[in-house]
Amino acid sequence: MLTIENLHAEVEGKEILKGIDLDVKAGEVHAIMGPNGSGKSTLSSVISGNEDYEITKGNLVFKGTDLAELDAEERAHQGVFLSFQYPIEIPGVTVTNFIKTAINANRKAKGLADMPASELLKKIREKAQLLEIDSKFLSRSLNEGFSGGEKKRNEIFQMAMLEPALAILDETDSGLDIDALKIVANGVNKLKSKDNAVIIITHYQRLLDYIVPDFVHVLFDGKIVKSGTKDLAHELEAKGYDWIKELA
Amino acid sequence: MEFKEKLLSSYLAFEDGLDLTDSVHQTRANALKIFEQKGFPTKREEAWKYTSLDALLQLDYALFPKAETSINLNEVKKYFLYDTDTYKVIFIDGVYSPFLSNTTHDGLDVCLMSAALTKPKYRKLIDSYFNKIAAEKDSLTALNTSYAKEGAYIYIPKSTVAEKPIEIIHFSSGIENALWLQPRNLIVVDKNAQVQIIEKHQSLKEHPVVTNSVTEIYVHQDAFVDYYKLQNDLDSASLIDNTYIVQEKNSHSSVHTFSLGGKLIRNNLQYFHKGEHIRSTLKGLTILHGKQHVDHSTLVHHAQPNCESHQDYKGIFAEQSEGVFNGQIKVNKIAQKTNAFQQNNNLLLDDKATVNTKPQLEIFADDVKCSHGCTIGQLDEEALFYLRSRGIPRKEAKALMTYAFANNVLESVQLPSLKKRINTFIANKLGVNLGFEL
Repeated sequence: MLTIENLHAEVEGKEILKGIDLDVKAGEVHAIMGPNGSGKSTLSSVISGNEDYEITKGNLVFKGTDLAELDAEERAHQGVFLSFQYPIEIPGVTVTNFIKTAINANRKAKGLADMPASELLKKIREKAQLLEIDSKFLSRSLNEGFSGGEKKRNEIFQMAMLEPALAILDETDSGLDIDALKIVANGVNKLKSKDNAVIIITHYQRLLDYIVPDFVHVLFDGKIVKSGTKDLAHELEAKGYDWIKELA
Repeated sequence: MEFKEKLLSSYLAFEDGLDLTDSVHQTRANALKIFEQKGFPTKREEAWKYTSLDALLQLDYALFPKAETSINLNEVKKYFLYDTDTYKVIFIDGVYSPFLSNTTHDGLDVCLMSAALTKPKYRKLIDSYFNKIAAEKDSLTALNTSYAKEGAYIYIPKSTVAEKPIEIIHFSSGIENALWLQPRNLIVVDKNAQVQIIEKHQSLKEHPVVTNSVTEIYVHQDAFVDYYKLQNDLDSASLIDNTYIVQEKNSHSSVHTFSLGGKLIRNNLQYFHKGEHIRSTLKGLTILHGKQHVDHSTLVHHAQPNCESHQDYKGIFAEQSEGVFNGQIKVNKIAQKTNAFQQNNNLLLDDKATVNTKPQLEIFADDVKCSHGCTIGQLDEEALFYLRSRGIPRKEAKALMTYAFANNVLESVQLPSLKKRINTFIANKLGVNLGFEL
């Protein structure tokens, strides 16, 4: 589904990604771990099309399409979704209106008519229930005054509504207490299917107890220095990242 | 001949047929002297530093519109906010149109300034209020006063709630090549009374028209005035709006100014407090493009203790449009416990758009809460990326954010159909139909 080959990327002239190789197939869950500053969030930004980052070398191919050629919105239309580490507050736009605009923009890109209001409302109700979101929450301004946990839950709610082929969860576990973490993980697990894939970017293995990855990769200094199964996450939790630095 | 000279020399013709022994006439004659002395304001004056009338004053405007021009109702219906169910005071080229209007004397007076200025039964009210609220020394106000003859006269008696909103609409037909209009409105809201008013100036075809309007509003104790100015005229029309409000104790008056179209707009909005526990609300939303120019000059004069004022102006400027905000708050020494809030936020959508914003606070009391803030910025790229990452195209994402920026000014609009109408205005102005209401 997603093939990354020898990917180099820089921000403001500084090289952050220094040759990433990654192959994600439909139905798989990949975890990318690594110490602060290793390039984890840069990788998610580059995949989702943040223009602050420039790809200088390598390939980024999603379902046979060169992602580097596409704008952020076009990547979303192809089925790429990023759950932000720091979701942006947009006062004046309600969660419901935002999601309605996003869904219809994606439908329009596929040549479909707007989703009928009744269908949309049904879907909103269903997905809000899945993530234990109060209906009052949906008429609030997007992320404005939300707690850290509410913001993250709202990100996963958007993912549930948009049903992407590839979801990248960037530090979704940060700011979540254990109950919220379970709700979010449960939501992601329910959305998982043989047709979609998930990349979890995280510092700690905590979330991986609830969303079990098929593969774990360790990122250090812009490169994947080690790949393994979920056992690797436990090893990192036990031993820290120092021994990884020696591998690099 | 310079336009000022024309105004002075045409005065004799204006006086023709008016009662020259009348006190109103004296007021007019005095005002003309002030205008003669001061002339039109220039950029040398601090209050007009960023707005020049020079280009407008090059034309030879007609001062006396011809007798009533008839306009087909179907032609102008779309400009009414409500087809029915409002009182309407409608003018065409400055002349009252009984055919399009719907006035009343039933419980309240929604009628004409020309009647109020001449009929004996209004004499007492005219003597008490006419030109008592407006700033006498302001040259444009003086010019309006000297030619004051027609406009809306509204009186809401004690403890009366006007059950329908009142629309005041000034059409210019385009029959005259260039037209100078000077409507004069007087609105008196007696104790514990309430009224909602919508004011609009509309050209029916492209032609140069300048409206120098003066509105005096007297809000008595416990009364409430909810006033909406819709400025969405053609690019050939200019407006100088001078609105003066005096409030008595426990009253609330709110003015929303929506500046969405026109060549040049200058809004002078002044509040004066004559009692305690007064609330004043000033909200503005300006969305411009092309070479449009809008200048908001506000003054809230806190002369008594325990009053509050809330000012919130937002501006969105595209292409080469220009915005000016000059917000003055005066707090007298005795006006303790004043709570005055002022905010002016601007969004520049293009490199050539400009905004000049200046808060001006003069506070002589020592126990007050006054806050002000102004911002000039662009749309947040990070927020745009967030929207785009959800599949919303850049153009739509920008419109959505611009719309959201304007939102809180609309929130306080109390007439649902007006709110909906302005929403449509804004969507049109932004060139994107978002397909939902905020």
